[in-house]
Amino acid sequence: MTESGTMLCTDRETPLIKVSHLGITFGGLRAVNDFSLEMGENELVGLIGPNGAGKTTVFNLLTGVYTPSEGDYYFCGQRMNGKKTHQIVQSGIARTFQNIRLFNKMTVLDNVKVAMNPHYEYNLFSALLRTGKYWAGEAENDAKARELLEIFNLEDKADAVAENLPYGQQRKLEIARALATGMKLLLLDEPAAGMNPTETEELLECIRIIRQRFNISILLIEHDMNLVMKICEHIIVIDYGTTIARGTPEEIAQDPRVIAAYLGTED
Amino acid sequence: MNMPKQNKKSALINAVALAVLLAVVAYLGFSRALSSYLVGIFWLSCIGIIMATSLNLTNGFLGQMALGHAGFMLIGSYSSALLSLAMVRAGILAGGGAEQLARFVICLIVSGLLAGLFGILVGIPALRLRGDYLAIITLGFGEIIRVVIQGIPWAGGDGLSQGSASPVLFKTGLGFNNATKSHYMLFVGLVTVACVSAIYTFIRSRFGRAIISIRDDEIASSASGIDITFYKVTTFALSAVFAGIAGSIFAACYSSLNTGNMGFMASVNYFVMVVFGGMGSLTGSIVAAIGLTSLNEALRSFDEYRMLVYSIVLILMMIFRPAGLLGTYEFSLSGTISHLRNRISKNKQEKEAQV
Repeated sequence: MTESGTMLCTDRETPLIKVSHLGITFGGLRAVNDFSLEMGENELVGLIGPNGAGKTTVFNLLTGVYTPSEGDYYFCGQRMNGKKTHQIVQSGIARTFQNIRLFNKMTVLDNVKVAMNPHYEYNLFSALLRTGKYWAGEAENDAKARELLEIFNLEDKADAVAENLPYGQQRKLEIARALATGMKLLLLDEPAAGMNPTETEELLECIRIIRQRFNISILLIEHDMNLVMKICEHIIVIDYGTTIARGTPEEIAQDPRVIAAYLGTED
Repeated sequence: MNMPKQNKKSALINAVALAVLLAVVAYLGFSRALSSYLVGIFWLSCIGIIMATSLNLTNGFLGQMALGHAGFMLIGSYSSALLSLAMVRAGILAGGGAEQLARFVICLIVSGLLAGLFGILVGIPALRLRGDYLAIITLGFGEIIRVVIQGIPWAGGDGLSQGSASPVLFKTGLGFNNATKSHYMLFVGLVTVACVSAIYTFIRSRFGRAIISIRDDEIASSASGIDITFYKVTTFALSAVFAGIAGSIFAACYSSLNTGNMGFMASVNYFVMVVFGGMGSLTGSIVAAIGLTSLNEALRSFDEYRMLVYSIVLILMMIFRPAGLLGTYEFSLSGTISHLRNRISKNKQEKEAQV
């Protein structure tokens, strides 16, 4: 996917994503305050915090669902504030959702093909008249989509309707769909939520494979500490919208502020 | 052509079936075998098919409740009647025969484009809303179009009366007589087939997938890189284009136009066809358009009870088949043939096994 139309950061100096002092206020509530982040290529950063800490809000800010009230963020050196969700996705940030959002009535293959939409080359007239370009474009992207499904072991489910898939496979399909956009940065919102240990293990394997194959960076929200500690190279902890700690998994596990945020203090 | 073999085969089957169907229509039309009453039903069915399938594009596939479809039809019919009138008066392609056909074709194209333009204008503000709100605002736009046309004197309107027949347009330009209408059956059939095919190919392309994804989950759709606003407005405008074409045919079908025929009730009528046939099934829309148009005409003799029967049919439908006649099923000739073949060969095998 990386070769198909995604903008790559040209020089190594520019970080993939640089978020500085991002914040948003809903009425009187500061949902996210002074959030900063810098990620390079092929990094995996975990974003953790207690429920309601503002993790998903950070995702919504980064994907253009909300417009930040202060701060700005750059993707591949390009300022992304105020861009629309689909523009942000097309420049290379894709996400999954906490509660799975698939196109339920569409087939598994079509779910992936929707995300490939900007990579199709034929125009409206080729589509209406079904010219050679239409058939070529359909065949080419069909093959690409099937290839992608294969990575997630979903190739034999390609023609099944998405809502009929078991939970674990729906999660995988959502990740496959995000990958199909041809992004460079993947935001995973609690991918292991509701999964049993075997499924979580499979998911871990999946994340490893896609990082290797597509050379992408991942920002991960997760409550499963086991998973976070295992795969994240760097962790950011937020509570009440404010970053309270950042560092390697070992540092985070011992950080008194993190322990206090999760378990409460004695007084 | 890079068309896969399977598709080539089914395209061939469909082409043959369509050719046979159109040949029958051509024979009936040119030999004037049908009474003018039946020819009228044929025309109205074709209009109904174009209206229902194009409305299905917005309501069934895009999943947006639009209720002002007749407004675009109104734009199509008045623009095409006026254009035809102007052409006749200016002496451009004013004759009969081939010149009349050319005039009709030009009117079809212009009215389609004009309706599409209004589709964009209405769609941009209206499609910000969803559900019931969208239904109400599109309904409102439909009525605005109707009232404005009624109020323009040169458009044949006579102020804000009951939108009565417009004498300016009477028997001018378009407005075919019975013989011409019969001769034009093949042409109208061809236009209908072209419109439905265009809608079908649109749905089975990347554009169609994008709009169906918007119906299924708007948030996920934009998170997959789909420009929601663009696709909504494009689809809405495209369905307006077809409504404009249907309006143009409507203008040719009647010797005079009446805005009252294309008000709110007409929009509801086409909406009922879509719901009846199944939101998201073009086959359903076609069946419902032919069925309801014929039913409407058949019940015309006992006019008082017409709406009664109509409502009972709808209520029964909602109870027993809430997803519509066909749901989202699409009829495919090649699919049915291979299905039948499988069954026959299965039966044979079973018989042989028994022996």
